[in-house]
Amino acid sequence: MIAQRVGTTALRRVAAKPNAFFTADVARMGFLAGSLHKATQTRLVATQKLTPADAHDILNKQRLQRPVSPHLDVYDKQQTWFSGSVWHRFTGMGFSGGLYVFATAYLAAPLLGWHLESASIAAAVGALPLAVKGGLKFIVAWPFVYHCVNGVRHLCFDMAVGFKRKTIVQMSWYIWGASLVSGLYLAFFL
Amino acid sequence: MAALRSSSAARLFGSAASRPAFRLAVAAPVRGFAQLADAAQESQTASGDQKARIKTFQVYRWNPDTPTEKPTMQSYSLDLNKTGPMVLDALIRIKNELDPTLTFRRSCREGICGSCAMNINGTNTLACLCRIPTEVNAEMKIYPLPHTYVVKDLVPDLTQFYKQYKSIKPYLQRDTPSPDGKEYRQSKADRRKLDGLYECILCACCSTSCPSYWWNSEEYLGPAMLLQSYRWLADSRDERTAERKDALNNSMSLYRCHTILNCTRTCPKGLNPGLAIAQIKKEMAF
Repeated sequence: MIAQRVGTTALRRVAAKPNAFFTADVARMGFLAGSLHKATQTRLVATQKLTPADAHDILNKQRLQRPVSPHLDVYDKQQTWFSGSVWHRFTGMGFSGGLYVFATAYLAAPLLGWHLESASIAAAVGALPLAVKGGLKFIVAWPFVYHCVNGVRHLCFDMAVGFKRKTIVQMSWYIWGASLVSGLYLAFFL
Repeated sequence: MAALRSSSAARLFGSAASRPAFRLAVAAPVRGFAQLADAAQESQTASGDQKARIKTFQVYRWNPDTPTEKPTMQSYSLDLNKTGPMVLDALIRIKNELDPTLTFRRSCREGICGSCAMNINGTNTLACLCRIPTEVNAEMKIYPLPHTYVVKDLVPDLTQFYKQYKSIKPYLQRDTPSPDGKEYRQSKADRRKLDGLYECILCACCSTSCPSYWWNSEEYLGPAMLLQSYRWLADSRDERTAERKDALNNSMSLYRCHTILNCTRTCPKGLNPGLAIAQIKKEMAF
């Protein structure tokens, strides 16, 4: 009898909640009531079988249409745009590119009649006003210092030093500060 | 019929004590979590001691059934007083109450399965471990893991990720049997070398935070797999260390790591894939 009582309690609980059983149409209700003791379920959604090859085809077709999720424009700007790595690369590219451009120009200078000797460049820059002169020097000085200091950091990384989360964030900002200050010093006070 | 039978049973056998128990069962139906939360809120608004704190969540949506439509951001507003503290609670509540078509992966809700990895407010993390910031004015932006193929909404395709995991042979490889024919034993010091490595749950947060992995995911293994590689390189019981190192010794698999270190900064488990990669590089060099 206890088992029966448990069953009826459960039924009453079901009856107290809103339930599809009580909102379904009368014909289905009659059917359900008739087969209640069998605890049958009816499903309104039909499924169809697929062969593995067909399933694979569907998957491949879907894969071709999938978009790539956003990356550079949604990821934390502080990490992607101000990280040491990308600026180390940019400054390095600037210097190696500059070296190639200048060396080629220097080679071609006698043929084209340009004057790229140290003395004439120094004289040309010396004649400029202080702000322009300092600005030009800063454009060269800041990347140089940044690449230099960050290069030391990369040497530390090679020794597996400086990988704590806090250290990574702190060092990244220290290097920005140090390179800007010493870049300004090299540009305007030397 | 059942009701009739039970009432007759109660009349026959029921003592006075059993009747209130029946009434209780009828009066108080089994309640879900959301209903409980609503009830709590109703009592709150009734007393009027707490204002609604509406926060807006912007969620990336894309539906594979309409593939020509571009992915969009959809806004949902929730009252934080009625929502649990974590981003996953908010997502589940959106799915339950606002929009059942929103799709995302979740399982354990406690940071051990790695299913709910996604990009939340610009960094990759597990939605279940990420608290919703309490300031209401700032919108929350939720994207799938960056630079992955989107299956639907917040569900990324991680097939390549798992293939790469298979490629590093993530199991103990030995040729010699153990001396006593029982377990392969290791010293406490050797075991300690695996701390910070074995805890990785392969949620793919670190790999998909790495710009180098974004551009080279076909060939570069990415931080998660390299951390796993190091887990087997550092294992004193494994006897294929030389072969494992040899497999990494090319320009792409390992050396596409440029120590950007987004991986270490994003790991929701507080592990250090960047350090593991540096240690592999060090071992390969010296």
